[in-house]
Amino acid sequence: MMVSKKTLAVAAMALSVVFLLVAPFLFKPYGVFILSTWVVMTIAAIGLNLTLGYAGQVSLAQAAFVGIGSYITAYLTTRGWPFWSTYMLAGTSCFIVGWLLGYPALRVQHHYLAFVTLAFNTLVYLIFRNEEWLTRGIYGIMNIPRPEVLGWSMAKPIPFYYFLLAHLALISAATWALIQSPWGRAFIAVRENPIRALSLGVDTRRYTLMAFALGAGLGGISGSLYAALVQFIDPTPFALGLSLNLLLMVIVGGSGYFFGPFLGAVVAVLLPEWLRFAQGYYLMGYAALVMLLMIFCPTGLLGFADRLLTPKAKSDSGPNPVLPDSAAPQKAAG
Amino acid sequence: MATDDILTLEDVVGGYGKQTILNGLSFGVRRGAITTVIGPNGAGKSTAFKAVFGILAVKAGRILFDGQEITNRPPRQLIADGICYVPQGRNIFSELSVAHNLELGAAAAPPDFPLKQRMEAAMDRFPVLRKKAGQQASTLSGGEQKMLEIARGLMLDPKLMLIDEPSIGLSPILVGELFDLLRDMRSRGITVLMIEQNAKRALENSDYGVVLELGRTRIQDRAEKILADPRIAQLFLGGGLEPAPA
Ligand SMILES: Nc1ncnc2c1ncn2[C@@H]1O[C@H](COP(=O)(O)OP(=O)(O)O)[C@@H](O)[C@H]1O
Ligand SMILES: [Mg+2]
Repeated sequence: MMVSKKTLAVAAMALSVVFLLVAPFLFKPYGVFILSTWVVMTIAAIGLNLTLGYAGQVSLAQAAFVGIGSYITAYLTTRGWPFWSTYMLAGTSCFIVGWLLGYPALRVQHHYLAFVTLAFNTLVYLIFRNEEWLTRGIYGIMNIPRPEVLGWSMAKPIPFYYFLLAHLALISAATWALIQSPWGRAFIAVRENPIRALSLGVDTRRYTLMAFALGAGLGGISGSLYAALVQFIDPTPFALGLSLNLLLMVIVGGSGYFFGPFLGAVVAVLLPEWLRFAQGYYLMGYAALVMLLMIFCPTGLLGFADRLLTPKAKSDSGPNPVLPDSAAPQKAAG
Repeated sequence: MATDDILTLEDVVGGYGKQTILNGLSFGVRRGAITTVIGPNGAGKSTAFKAVFGILAVKAGRILFDGQEITNRPPRQLIADGICYVPQGRNIFSELSVAHNLELGAAAAPPDFPLKQRMEAAMDRFPVLRKKAGQQASTLSGGEQKMLEIARGLMLDPKLMLIDEPSIGLSPILVGELFDLLRDMRSRGITVLMIEQNAKRALENSDYGVVLELGRTRIQDRAEKILADPRIAQLFLGGGLEPAPA
């Protein structure tokens, strides 16, 4: 049964990869644009899944990091800096700011932490909107160029889509390696029981800060790519709404599951597009769907799938049909 | 206290918020021996362990380990000093595998720590952990989980193990195995300080006993003397010193 679960996961992944590779030939340019947006948002959600899903730290500030990354790339590439330098700068700046934002998390948790990060997001948004000398405020920054790779222009939608896809592949591989390393285990230990982790000598402080920093760094990278994708940015997309949306992606997909953000971003980015035929009602339908999903599978889509596919053979290990004390997902190998 | 004490508490005061639980607690723990702390529920036994292990702030008094003052030292440092702590109840990480739980026992290890070798050695000593290494730790039975917690605590070769009510929820046979294990640790030079509800059975397996009441040491003596002390039966009427099932 474990094998078939793994086989299923591998098959689903292989199909998804094939789909993503041939997709540009199946869709009109608008479809390619939406898929590109999915890639960018998935990267930001992978970051938030590290912070929230693996390390258990609530953050409502992910949009702020996407915004900071976007503005760094927008501001600098329109002044002649090469894309790659702005990309690195976006990632490292957000990593540092995320590290600093982690300090409150050492003192407060849960809804208090949510409010601290929410306030941070609002602050950053106000800077984008009001500091016109730096960000051009509501006029935004136009004509953001797309990069070249080894002399090949990524300006056209399809090459740029593959460019983004390559990023997603690399970032996924790096994140996977991190999660499978002792670091990933330490994150999970800190989330499951911080006091217990502390009693074993886990440096909970360092891992908490690192969870914020890594999540923010991926937010910044996602923002840098976003700027090059849309080629025009203003403050609007980086308001609290996007932070909530990214949170939704992580939770709907399955918080703490590696593929949760991928699936969550499908729900948050692609589903609204598919529901557009319903015109004025599509947002209502979408909201209703998300509510139903959360009522019937609070551990997200992957948590739900995990439950369906895991044989209920636990009873042979004793008379305690235990579930973990929290609603945290039970993960099998991989 | 005797010079051969590995751990000494001197007039330790501490508690939760404004509530003081430890009211000037003093006792010594003999090096290389098994010492059991007994006392009525709520006496402050677990609180005393937390104070030693730096999880609970000590407001007055001192704690000495191996001749050094360690009062209010953080756990990570105490682990490096050679103390490990196995709290009451369930302490495994249920979402992680057995092997990864064991690995976390080396979380405070120096960078050159031979992790692979030590994991192998631990699994040689506790074969059930090798057999179930890849399983999620929540699938272990209660006794296996305690084994895992002890094996994890031993990863860094501690000098002193603090273990809080290890026998809770274990069958009499497993309790026997547990005490065998603690005695085996003693024979390897590890000092054991444990808290037990099953006072009689624990004292029978210990060298020394400490009786706590209301956050103070009431009696400290050799285990067999405490077992023979009529005052103890008094203190534990209906409590922990009921005759053990033979
Ligand atoms: N986390 C806590 N917060 C507040 N009070 C506590 C806490 N833990 C224990 N106490 C109180 O401290 C007293 C001593 O508890 P404890 O040390 O656990 O006793 P025991 O000797 O049974 O191990 C009890 O009155 C208990 O209610
Ligand atoms: Mg207790």
